[in-house]
Amino acid sequence: MTGTGIFINVGERTNVAGSAKFRRLITEGDFETALDIAREQVENGAQIVDVNMDEGLLDSEAAMERFLKLCATEPDITKVPMMIDSSKWSVIEAGLKCVQGKAVVNSISLKEGEEAFVTLAKQVRRYGAAVVVMAFDEQGQADTADRKYEICERSYRILVDKVGFPPEDIIFDPNIFAVATGIEEHNDYAVAFFEATRRIKENLPHCHVSGGVSNVSFSFRGNNPLREAMHSVFLYHAIAAGMDMGIVNAGQIVIYEDIPEDLRERVEDVILNRRDDATERLLDIAESFKGTAKARQQDMSWREHDVTARLTHALVNGISEFIEGDTEEARQKAGRPIEVIEGPLMDGMNVVGDLFGSGKMFLPQVVKSARVMKQAVAYLLPFMEAEKEGKPRQSNGKIVMATVKGDVHDIGKNIVGVVLQCNNYDVVDMGVMVPTAKILEKAREEGASMIGLSGLITPSLDEMCYVAAEMQRQNFTIPLLIGGATTSKVHTAVKIANNYEGPLVYVPDASRAVGVAGSLLSPADGATYAARVRDEYATVREKHARGREDGSRLAIDKARANKAAISWSGYQPPTPAKPGLTVFEDYDLAELVTRIDWRPFFQAWELAGNYPDILDDPVVGETARNLFNDAQAMLQRIVGEKWLTARGVIGLWPANRIGDDDIEIFTDDSRSDVQAVVHTLRQQMDRKGKDRSNYALADFVAPKETGVEDYVGGFAVTAGIGVDEIAKDFEKNHDDYNSILLKVLADRLAEAFAERMHERVRTEFWGYTNGEKLTNEDLIAEKYVGIRPAPGYPACPDHTEKRGLFDLLKAEENAGITLTESFAMMPAASVSGYYFSHPDSRYFGVGRIGRDQVADYAQRKGMDVNEMERWLAPNLAYDPGVGDG
Amino acid sequence: MLERQQRIDALTQSMNERILVLDGAMGTMIQRHKLDEQAYRGERFADWSRDVKGNNDLLVLTQPDVIRDIHDAYFSAGADIVETNTFNSTWIAMADYGMEELARELNVAGARLAREAADQRTREEPDKPRYVAGALGPTNRTASISPDVNDPGYRNVSFDDLRAAYREAADGLIEGGADLLLVETVFDTLNAKAALFAIDELFDDLGVRLPVMISGTITDLSGRNLSGQTAEAFWNSVRHAQPLTIGLNCALGAEELRPYVAELSRVAETYICAYPNAGLPNEFGEYDEQPETTAAHIREWAESGLLNIVGGCCGTTPDHIAGMAEAVTGLKPRPIPEVPRRLRLSGLEPFELAS
Repeated sequence: MTGTGIFINVGERTNVAGSAKFRRLITEGDFETALDIAREQVENGAQIVDVNMDEGLLDSEAAMERFLKLCATEPDITKVPMMIDSSKWSVIEAGLKCVQGKAVVNSISLKEGEEAFVTLAKQVRRYGAAVVVMAFDEQGQADTADRKYEICERSYRILVDKVGFPPEDIIFDPNIFAVATGIEEHNDYAVAFFEATRRIKENLPHCHVSGGVSNVSFSFRGNNPLREAMHSVFLYHAIAAGMDMGIVNAGQIVIYEDIPEDLRERVEDVILNRRDDATERLLDIAESFKGTAKARQQDMSWREHDVTARLTHALVNGISEFIEGDTEEARQKAGRPIEVIEGPLMDGMNVVGDLFGSGKMFLPQVVKSARVMKQAVAYLLPFMEAEKEGKPRQSNGKIVMATVKGDVHDIGKNIVGVVLQCNNYDVVDMGVMVPTAKILEKAREEGASMIGLSGLITPSLDEMCYVAAEMQRQNFTIPLLIGGATTSKVHTAVKIANNYEGPLVYVPDASRAVGVAGSLLSPADGATYAARVRDEYATVREKHARGREDGSRLAIDKARANKAAISWSGYQPPTPAKPGLTVFEDYDLAELVTRIDWRPFFQAWELAGNYPDILDDPVVGETARNLFNDAQAMLQRIVGEKWLTARGVIGLWPANRIGDDDIEIFTDDSRSDVQAVVHTLRQQMDRKGKDRSNYALADFVAPKETGVEDYVGGFAVTAGIGVDEIAKDFEKNHDDYNSILLKVLADRLAEAFAERMHERVRTEFWGYTNGEKLTNEDLIAEKYVGIRPAPGYPACPDHTEKRGLFDLLKAEENAGITLTESFAMMPAASVSGYYFSHPDSRYFGVGRIGRDQVADYAQRKGMDVNEMERWLAPNLAYDPGVGDG
Repeated sequence: MLERQQRIDALTQSMNERILVLDGAMGTMIQRHKLDEQAYRGERFADWSRDVKGNNDLLVLTQPDVIRDIHDAYFSAGADIVETNTFNSTWIAMADYGMEELARELNVAGARLAREAADQRTREEPDKPRYVAGALGPTNRTASISPDVNDPGYRNVSFDDLRAAYREAADGLIEGGADLLLVETVFDTLNAKAALFAIDELFDDLGVRLPVMISGTITDLSGRNLSGQTAEAFWNSVRHAQPLTIGLNCALGAEELRPYVAELSRVAETYICAYPNAGLPNEFGEYDEQPETTAAHIREWAESGLLNIVGGCCGTTPDHIAGMAEAVTGLKPRPIPEVPRRLRLSGLEPFELAS
């Protein structure tokens, strides 16, 4: 026996000649689904993947290139080496240019003579691949053992002695041909292969033997069970002879010993050519084996465990498929339906909670677990209602949650809600834009043990202070939790905590919510915890107060004197190619998908890391990949089924700076009628002689007195039309995961829309950078000329300016975006802002501003100073309640 | 002066005798000169249409003295080999500055400067000949990774573009007097394979063969390069080029890089060359690992038999190189291990047929 028994499976399904399904997918151009076939092969144990695109109607070079490039981005496929299979060298070469790994070329041979063989072998070497050499020469394909061996020996000597090809990188394919064809000469084909293999392995050191195994059973097409038995028997003998590699369907290898004895004997007679009537005898029983092949299955062994273990498995792995059946089984076993929730389901969720708490599960998985839990509970509800005497189950506590009045952002709040539910809290989610009175009313009605507030825009901070003050006035004592992107520990400590004497805690992210809630509601330690937080916030307040004293502000006139040094003489501002408003009724979503910045997407799910590295992160990579795949699938539906509509409006207007900090927008190029005034805020930090300006956005627009005719632009875009309806459908089916996913994706699409519009404004509508060629990464890194600052964000923190911008754009009418009383945009997945084109324009943060500027600003805007202070609260460098000092 | 082949023979001879020292970071040293836009432009590019500050490779034309002095500072610190200042001198990378046309000239000039510095030093110390490694960087594009999330099959550079760009660069380096070619900071193995393909073709056409060094980059603690390969899979992918050295550089400090160097040391039947960063960057993106810290790590590597050539990447200075040179003095170079002949392939993972 020559063989070592080691055998390498080469996956054969990604071969247009061998798999009808793969051929159909490739010819139809459905490469995505074709990738699944490759992935499945690797899952089934293929150690190398053979790819063949030899089909007359295909552009085989292009198909090979496209498919291998796609494979290269799928770690589950490309972890194994590729075998690039074609009878045309040009197709092989196209493939070799796409693989970073060391691949195998399949194949070259002496068919076209020695010279051509040497040339190709050298190229293979240069590309760094191993090679399959067919037993084929100028005379044709070898069919006898002698011819097979002679050709292989000749090839070996040329490769090793003349080309310097490493012998260990040579794999011979001595041709596997069909047996039992009814033609007598064919009966010995398998035996000839075994014999040639034995001689090759004995005489040609370090090389290998491979072959396309399924050829051997070609006569039995349509009878897979029989074919599989033939493959198995063939391999059994071939491996013994020294074959160490073969192209096989890795999912369909039956074990030699498992073949029924009668069948095995008859197959063996055929393969080993042991009897003259072998073929007839095999045909006699062939029919009876048709259709008994076992369907390939995923690992379903968990289905064999008891129902408690199955429920836990389903919860931990987020599998909904069997949840109703399993819940029903558990219900029948339990005395009452509630016991299913309190018993196995809660136990399962506790496992999820522990894994999440110890960093072994991540947010997207937890949200999927919650979906399974909700489906189980939904299944049990009718039974619990039917059972009138059902007492409410014991939860860890009940929280009333809401996004405050004037704000529409709810992704973070929804995530916190799901995480708390996973940890056995009852969550009453009141949705968005909920007025204080309603929140407190609901909290009383429900007997809530906590209230949670969320908000994303800065005016919501003020609203939260109001909720806290109202809780105090109405004698609430339950804990108040504060969360949301714009909130912070400092803000909570400095602004909100003073309004409420009850326990009050800032929750930085969803993963902390459970710990905070648990500590607050703990009968033993709750009071201690709340007191400790209160002490901590007192320290934060003191530090903050000291910080303010240190941060001296420049007087506003001094700051204005240090404005951005832009020379206007000789500067010719670009004239917009398309002035006025341009409306986009139904922007192509597919175009926006390519512009998505994925990093914030993962951040929304509390997965930290750079895209695309995060997909391969050793810790969160798997979670990130699954999430990303779900996102891609949903994007397909968002675009394909038109779930969402993107609408937007941009405007480009003649404009000039007036005074130091304001911008006049004119109705037309005569610049005689002022349509609107944009008021900007100026940095007042003391530059202490450093070579830095005190910026205001107005600095980037030519002053009226220079006579330079300048322009500014504005935009409002949304990708959120349709979100609410579809999210509600998901929620109705207890599918928070997809609801949250949809909202996060809508946000990303809106940002992508803003980015895309800015690009088109720069290159097309304003048209001041015609030659711009930036990649998506460059755009994300803001490597462009001009800026698009948004009201409410650091360069122009005053949300009330949005009103003027929306009037200029007629954004309600043109883009379907409305403003709440806090100037939040509805739908939530919307972005608005200004365009400035000057090459020196840049993003900056206004930072804290002084009383002098606020008074001046209020006067310019015609607003009351106190009201102005309320809107600008997060940016005030002073406490509006007391004298400046 | 020794001719190239004599120098190559002397170099390969000394590889068996001692651990050789490569230079440290070029960028870190250039930063110390605080060159402004005008200095980068020099007279020749005074009116260039784009900003060129940051195009460090351009300095071989506009500030040759600065670059030659840096090479010399590394020789003074004890380096046997300096790398040419040509990391980005392919037309692909130079496209950022609209300087595609200059690629070949930059390589010739970069190699000449290093050659001058090396020859000068060899004249002064004939017992210790100094060598020039022509640096071929990764370019700023990746042949295995799509820059377009919506089309994973898309690439912004092709194998053939890379092959042409690397051929032009390597040709310039050889003309300028490089003794070795160093395909370095390989974050996408397919880029490196294109470089190796081009180099092999070029050698055949020129009728000369220079030793080739290959240095990959493990981008983070996952132990993989940017295109996803493990160190061993990377070696399997480039082994056909029969390089003088295989190794790793950049991204990690000596402490973090050690396991991957050890992995290569175990599997590769050729010399090992490693040049880590000066630790990991601090929150300001600066490298603050002290020369003695780096040197202590390198001494341990050498004592463990992992090294044939050692040097420094980002953040390292002549002080670091001096520390390393002292640390490895008198320590035995790693002997090349016997590795059984086997079919070794790779995807992202290594594959070995154990028969």
